[in-house]
Amino acid sequence: MTERKYTCIICPQGCEITVTLDGKDIVKVEGNTCKRGEAYVTEELTAPKRTLTTTVMTLSGRPVPVRTVGTVPKEKLFDCMKEINAVKAKDGVRHGDVIIEDVAGTGVSVVATADDV
Amino acid sequence: MIKRDIVIVGAGPAGLAAAAAAYDAGVKDILLIERDGKKGGILKQCIHPGFGLHRFGCELTGPEYAERYIREVEARGIETLTNTFVINVSKDKVVTYQNGDGIFSVQAKAVILAMGCRERPRGALNIPGTRPSGIFSAGTAQRLINIEGYMPGKSVVILGSGDIGLIMARRLTLEGAKVHAVCEIMPYSGGLTRNIEQCLNDFGIPLLLSHTVTKIHGDKRLTGVTVSKVDEQRVPIEGTEIYFDCDTLLLSVGLIPENELTEKAGVVMDRVTGGASVDAERQTSVDGIFACGNVLHVHDLVDFVSAEAELAGQSAAEYVKNSSYAKRPAVKVEAGDGIRYTVPQTVHPGDTAEIYFRFSDVSRSVTVTAYADGVEKAKKKVPRAAPGEMQKIKLTVPENCEHVRIGMSK
Repeated sequence: MTERKYTCIICPQGCEITVTLDGKDIVKVEGNTCKRGEAYVTEELTAPKRTLTTTVMTLSGRPVPVRTVGTVPKEKLFDCMKEINAVKAKDGVRHGDVIIEDVAGTGVSVVATADDV
Repeated sequence: MIKRDIVIVGAGPAGLAAAAAAYDAGVKDILLIERDGKKGGILKQCIHPGFGLHRFGCELTGPEYAERYIREVEARGIETLTNTFVINVSKDKVVTYQNGDGIFSVQAKAVILAMGCRERPRGALNIPGTRPSGIFSAGTAQRLINIEGYMPGKSVVILGSGDIGLIMARRLTLEGAKVHAVCEIMPYSGGLTRNIEQCLNDFGIPLLLSHTVTKIHGDKRLTGVTVSKVDEQRVPIEGTEIYFDCDTLLLSVGLIPENELTEKAGVVMDRVTGGASVDAERQTSVDGIFACGNVLHVHDLVDFVSAEAELAGQSAAEYVKNSSYAKRPAVKVEAGDGIRYTVPQTVHPGDTAEIYFRFSDVSRSVTVTAYADGVEKAKKKVPRAAPGEMQKIKLTVPENCEHVRIGMSK
């Protein structure tokens, strides 16, 4: 049996969660105050994922904030950044417009989170 | 002189929520004044997610959260002046502002102060060394990257582990900079634990607790910083120096409520929060002047700013509508053992009051108790007490109560 400690990042409360493992099997999850905490550590153990937010440049050189719609694998964050930094959004892009359909092969799209200008 | 029912200073999250709430409470004649070119305040540059979990039950980015309130304000047709700077608010509620058209004065029936806060600068820290370029407050760096589109540097040390410092450590790393370390003079971080996890640990950025920057090196541009361990009195310990080669130092060393206007209006201030002292309606010591958001006390979650601003907006509307609105009797709320401050600073006997507070220190499994005249009225268990995480407690204040106290015990 091994124990692993996690800080849940799902909400600002940041519960400290202790997972007891038997090999790869989860035996016990303690310290979480809601169900989302258990789902979080289960994912952290197998395939950690994160929401990525950054900016994309418009053709005129103004940064527009963007986000991934949902989470991408943690180890793909820098691949996603590379792809986002390589594209230019059209001027006057609107909140919700899709900038990249499938970023870095994750199947996740990147959308603008604010209007340009 | 121009006359308006309510004038709101600042169109950030506090001003926007206050405006919509005042309108919905029946006062339509509202003027919202903003010094920036756009509404939304600091949220515009906070492009990371984490906003709105309490309010909307989902995680929004700063611009998305702001947009929801901007839409509310615009749907109500509330007049907003942007690129307009308020230069004075008087005790009798004359608001003087300046913009491209000139200088104007407005007589308001009620004023809501929602100016937010600003960052503590290098000058407040007395770090020895030279004065090269490459030293930025974390919020300035955030604006440069997210709004202006410039990278402030490539090789970075961050002083201060408040949330802005942590968020910027991740942001700079994602954009290709090397963040060597985040130094924190206190033995604990001032930021949310989840931000330490997802902004530092995710990227292997060390958090050096009980460490501070003790020397700045470089002539024209920063070339490095010396970091030292500090003792319990926060005095640097000789022989513990670490030198970091870097071209950029970010300072995330605290926020100061921006209260020059508040003080000019003669409002009684709270020395601990740096903001006005207010009653449960968020009314200051000056009749008809209300305050909310980070100008009142620095919040860690914008969700609480919105809630507080709505309360201030409704209160201001009530003040305008009800000519016989008089300040109700109020009793002082004392920040007792282990509690740094409370907001509001006074409550009304007979009311159910919601009191926000911060702990003075980090500790585990504590009990917070609210007393009215020494009698226990409410109790709350907190598994992890940290100054960085604002808490609240609700109590019913008895009719003849003379004194309320919030205290912590282990």
